[in-house]
Amino acid sequence: MIEPSDGPSAAHGADGARVSLERAGDDLVIGLGGTWQIRAHLPGTTAVEAALESTPAPREVRFDSADLGGWDSSVLAFLQGVEDAAGARAIPVSLDGLPTGVRRLAELARTVPERGVRPEVPRGSPVRRLGWLGLRIYEGALEDIGFLGEAALAFGRFLRGRASYRRSDLRLLIQQAGADALGIVSLVSFLFGLILAFVGAVQLEQFGASIYVADLVGVGMVRDMAAFMTAIIVAGRSGAAYAAQLGTMKVTEEIDALRATGISPMEFLVVPRVVALVVMMPLLTVYADLMGILGGYVVGAGLLHITSAAYVQQTTAAVNMTQFVPGVIKGTVYGLLVALAGCNQGMKAGSSASAVGDAATRAVVSGVVAIIVACGVAQVISWVFGI
Amino acid sequence: MNDAPSPSDDAAPSDQISVRHLTMAYEDFVVMRDISFDVSPGEIFAIMGGSGCGKSTLMRHMLGMLEPASGEIFYSGESFTRAPPEARGRALRRFGVLFQGGALWSSMTLAENIALPLEEYTDLHPAEIRDIATLKLSLVGLRGFEDYYPSEISGGMRKRAGLARAMALDPAIMFVDEPSAGLDPVSSRLLDDLILELSESFGTTFVVVTHELASIFRIATTSIFLDTNTRTATAIGPPAWLRDHSEDPAVRAFLRRGEAEHE
Repeated sequence: MIEPSDGPSAAHGADGARVSLERAGDDLVIGLGGTWQIRAHLPGTTAVEAALESTPAPREVRFDSADLGGWDSSVLAFLQGVEDAAGARAIPVSLDGLPTGVRRLAELARTVPERGVRPEVPRGSPVRRLGWLGLRIYEGALEDIGFLGEAALAFGRFLRGRASYRRSDLRLLIQQAGADALGIVSLVSFLFGLILAFVGAVQLEQFGASIYVADLVGVGMVRDMAAFMTAIIVAGRSGAAYAAQLGTMKVTEEIDALRATGISPMEFLVVPRVVALVVMMPLLTVYADLMGILGGYVVGAGLLHITSAAYVQQTTAAVNMTQFVPGVIKGTVYGLLVALAGCNQGMKAGSSASAVGDAATRAVVSGVVAIIVACGVAQVISWVFGI
Repeated sequence: MNDAPSPSDDAAPSDQISVRHLTMAYEDFVVMRDISFDVSPGEIFAIMGGSGCGKSTLMRHMLGMLEPASGEIFYSGESFTRAPPEARGRALRRFGVLFQGGALWSSMTLAENIALPLEEYTDLHPAEIRDIATLKLSLVGLRGFEDYYPSEISGGMRKRAGLARAMALDPAIMFVDEPSAGLDPVSSRLLDDLILELSESFGTTFVVVTHELASIFRIATTSIFLDTNTRTATAIGPPAWLRDHSEDPAVRAFLRRGEAEHE
């Protein structure tokens, strides 16, 4: 005969879960009654804990399940709570009074050893958490410095012609970073020149000095904005792509395969990407200079009634090499930063699809931050040197 | 023969792999401790154990991709663990590695994948390299797929192509990570046959990470069992012998798929 309480079943219309506590000699007997369902309200272990605290302390905890109706894993959860509470006070728990099904499942839950406890954010005082965070930032910074060092060594070997990479990869990367970006660079720089002209025109027209729109657009684009806007575009295009490419190669063990072949991923993957952007960024910057000036010219000649000849002459008079050369150098530095940020994030990406996405996001964010910081530094330097 | 013979600490004979008292850990988390074993030239050595016990981690240590917490790995009697990077690079050139998913470089065709190690380490003419790539591909039954990209072929083919790439430089030692993972029984068996064939024809030593029993019994000449609970190697020996004679019930259970012993 099968006892009604000997298996998980959900008896309908039965009463709710009940817990009664009783001292039988030295032992604590926990009586379980009613129907235990995980969806219903369940008794906690607070009363049990109070009983365990009572003096004299119980010698053993036993169960009485004579009144237990249907049950499911809620009994096991309760049992776990009791065992933890009793275990903390070194009081043994006997499962003999429980239905065999519960006993078996409890045994099963116990036999699986607890494994893979990973370090997580420590709980406790804010000081502890702050310290943990500080250590994480410190470790991250060390990693980044290590990456820069390795990249520098690999670049040195590249310059001496001893790096192992495929020329066809480099050509493709140069094409992707440069030629393929022309469309979006054209659009953004043209519009940016246009916007700059409008903003300037509103102010300058009040003084009858509309012609100086040409100076504003020319100098603004050539000195800073062309390099800056191009770098932001490249961070979104190439920086994110590099992080995603290298991150995916990490997931598919392609980077491990390179290492196992004795080929440095730094030389084979990182250096060509850095070189591609360092070579193409100055060219893109010069191109963006021209597109921006064209945008300003459209506004100046079209809406501000400046003659074409006057606009062109004003621009050529305003823009000179001391603005052009630093602009191109800035573009090159931004390209270097974007490529390093993208490759660094890709190389340290985790091994899952979401980790690759995170790496791409971080590549763009750190790339843009690096560009802005470098731009700020460049302003200070040019102010100090009076350029 | 002992259940888990502990190899002596003497210098190993030439051309063999010796792992001595290796402890592997991720920061504070010890994966496996005090593992010692030898692999003789020409053997097919299986590293077996339950999922997540550290089989692949052991292989990565043997390849120098992870640094041991303690202990040392020797190839031909020379320490690999303490070797300077150049010496490690030289040792790596004598290895071939087949990763779980093949790990073919996705931006290159199959022929280019095989050609890369050859371009790096030989002075062969491009035409000769191309011929060798075709030869290696035909050895794994992929002749005619030279100009396919890894994304254009099936998982089983990718694995075989990975094997062809690992063989590019005729390695003395081949490391194979989970050859059966993700393959149907027939493809998996074909890959086993290929490993046996290569071992016999070229005398290549194989170190195979696997938990696939059919594969273990078919190819492995010696095996080591990594136990998750004790976090160490509990048995070393030929798999069939361990199944029948191991003193460790966990080893016997593993090799019998947990089924009861009928004697």
